[in-house]
Order: sequence, then structure tokens, then C-alpha cells
Amino acid sequence: MKARLLIAGALAALTMSGTAQAHRQWMLPSSTVLSGTDNWVTVDAAISNDLFYFEHHPMRTDSITVTQPDGSAGKVENAATGKYRSTFDVHLTQPGTYRIASVSAGLMGSYMLNGKRERLPRGTTKETLAKAIPAGATDVQTAEAASRNEIFVTLGAPTANLFKPTGVGLEMVPVTHPNDLVSGESATFQFLLDGKPASGLKVTVIPGGIRYRDALGQMDLTTGADGKLSITWPQPGMYWLNASTGGGEGGPGAAQGEGAPQAPQEPAGPPQRRASYVSTLEVLAP
Amino acid sequence: MQISHKLLLTGGAALGATGALAAPAQAQTLNLTVNIPRLSVAEYHRPYVAIWVEKEGAAPRTLSVWYDYDMKNGEGTKWLRDVRQWWRASGRTMQFPADGITGATRAPGDQKVAFTAGKGPLGQLGPGNYTLVVEAAREVGGREVVRLPFAWPPKPGAVVRVKGASELGAVSLSFGK
Repeated sequence: MKARLLIAGALAALTMSGTAQAHRQWMLPSSTVLSGTDNWVTVDAAISNDLFYFEHHPMRTDSITVTQPDGSAGKVENAATGKYRSTFDVHLTQPGTYRIASVSAGLMGSYMLNGKRERLPRGTTKETLAKAIPAGATDVQTAEAASRNEIFVTLGAPTANLFKPTGVGLEMVPVTHPNDLVSGESATFQFLLDGKPASGLKVTVIPGGIRYRDALGQMDLTTGADGKLSITWPQPGMYWLNASTGGGEGGPGAAQGEGAPQAPQEPAGPPQRRASYVSTLEVLAP
Repeated sequence: MQISHKLLLTGGAALGATGALAAPAQAQTLNLTVNIPRLSVAEYHRPYVAIWVEKEGAAPRTLSVWYDYDMKNGEGTKWLRDVRQWWRASGRTMQFPADGITGATRAPGDQKVAFTAGKGPLGQLGPGNYTLVVEAAREVGGREVVRLPFAWPPKPGAVVRVKGASELGAVSLSFGK
């Protein structure tokens, strides 16, 4: 029981932050810049150490949504989950930019029961909180956790009407269109936390192809007061972008391995608001 | 990518101004020769080729796109994005087939094509410095782009020559009436 909860907690942390420990969650589209009037992309989705190799866990596809250029919902087709990765297709029939996203907003937290601190199960939301807490629980502590993993693909000319922020969690508002990235050029993105500029946010960008080089090649960037940052792309390829905020090291919700001390599991303070953002960006050769 | 190009025109505003004053619109035609190299490869497909004109501060104008326009359901357009500089500069905002622009892919050898100022896709050319760009992308092959700068109106007898290295051979631009 305990072990199960710990695993659930670790999984939740993984899903929430995308960066928990060394594992990275990603979606990798077959193309991001497409021509024609009727086309397809196929997407690999996995949680792995190296980018972009499926070597660890598949990413679940049931929460993945597609938004078409006109704002209507598209479909995830031919979804399949294997040992190391999931794969699915998206049919592109409208000109413009599509969003393919896995977004969640839930509650992390814990409560005391029979003298022990127990974690809220994965997937708890504001609506299900009452059911998630057993009778007799005391000292319930919760914090919202929002995660967004999204990619963009464009059929024809890029459009920007999908970039209106929702105001929940960490979001990227492109200044440079994410399907108009070219090696040697600079791109600017703005990050928002709950709809407001996320200043001082640490953003990590890592080029794919890690397996075949020694250096990670990670770029560590920080947003300015306006939540914006600029990246100059050193080479063409697929890049993994990640940012997260809240729930710092050792804080509540930080992943705890099997070897964590058994004794007092009490968090040091109340749980913190957490939010994470992940995207995969394709940079073309000039 | 671009091994060498010889620009026989002297660019600049002076030329544009005197040209415009002295002989308004003597030259009206761009005569372009594009050599598509014969390649000894196991699987050969004729390249997709895009030809366009750029001028600083103006929207690029596509003059020709040679592609598999006659495949069923317009499937040939699926690969237009592989002509990637053109796709970004101009192609992605266009509809296909494009009247007066779409053409069939062409065989290896010298391919000649002419564009007339004031007509068709070239449209009016104001005095100034332009670049004609030719980009070729071949299925299961490579890609190459060459750039031919020219001033408008051109000096009599002016020729711009560029030589491609892989997917394009000699490309030359001359001017006629």
C-alpha cells in the first residue's frame, strides 16, 4: 500500500513536472512544417532519459487533445501504446497551425491519517478532493499543480490564433512562431504563469540526438521581467524545451525514491503551487 | 552551396536612376537558363524547382514552381515544403496549382524560361536591386539554392551567372526586350 502510494506520487511528480529526476516527457512529431491541403503527422510520445529515444516509458495518450487552426477540436487517431512509447496520428485538413497537447490541472497534497502522512492519489482535482480524503483524515494540505506538454504543427502558412493563453499554469506565448524556427536565427517566446508574465523563470532547452554525443548541449535561459526570453538556435534539429516552477528540491511533491528515509515523512511546510511546461520545437536548416 | 557567382552589373541607386531616366523600360524580359544536372544515382526523380524574385523590403514573388502537379488529389504538393527556403519565403502563403506559376518537373539539361516585366507572375519591376533565386530539392536526393543578384533596369548586355555544386548546374540570367 505504502509502496503503491509512493510510486503513484513519483509518477505524479514525473507527469507534473516533466523534469522530475532525469526523466523527460516528450512528444515528437514526424513533421512540423507541412505543405498540401490534406496531410498527416504521426507523433511519438514517451518518457525517457535521452532525447528523443524511447527507452523507458510510454507517455499516456488518453489525455492528449488536438486543437485545429479554427479552434475546433481535432482527433487523435490510431493511438497505440507499446512498452517504451506511444504513437498516434493527427489528420491535417485545415490550413494553419495545430496544437497537440497534454494538459492537466490537479491537486497535489497530503493528509494525516492514523498518525501517518498520506499523499493524495494521482489525478485528484478540486472536484474530487472531498472523495479522495478518507474519513478521519486531518491536517489536509493541498496545492494546485498544472502541467502542459504541447507541440505545434503547421499546414501551409503559420497562424497564431491558438496562442491565446488560458490563464492556468505555465504557458508559452510565442513572439516568434514555433513553426518558423531556423538555425542561426533568434526566436523569442513569452512565458506566463496563471496568465501573468513569468519573470525570472528558468527554462531549459536541449537539442535532440543526445545518444550520439558526449556533451548534453543544454541551454539554460531565464526570462526577463516581461516573461520573455530569446534563443539563438545553434543548429537545425528537434529541441526539447522545459520550464517548471514551484515545489523545489526537498519540498512537498519532490520525488521520493524507495531509499528515502522512512521516519518522519512530514513535509517541511505547506505544499507549493507547481506548474510545468514542456514542448518540442523543430528548427530547420536555413 | 554557392560556389561562385559573377555579377557583371554595377548595382546601386545611380544605375537605377540613370537607367530609368535614359531608357525607360528598354529591357522587359528576364531570360533564365537553369541547368539540371544529370546524376548517376540508383533512384532518380526530377527535382522540384522554385524560382522567385526578392527585393529588400518587398514581398518575394514566386515566378515558377516545377513539381508533380498532376498527381491525384494534389499529392505532389505534399513535398513542396522540401523546397524549404522558397516555402518559407513565399510558397506557404500560396494556393496550388498557381496560375501561370505551376509547371511540370523538368528533365536534366538546360531548361530555359522567360519572364516579362509587367506581365504574369513577375509583375512591374521598379528600379532597384533584386535577387533572383533558384532552389531545387530532389526526392531521395539533396537540395541546393543559388542566388543571382541583378539591378533593374539592367545595363545592355548584362548577364548574371552562378554555378550550382550538386542539385543545380550552371544558372544564368540575361535580359531581353
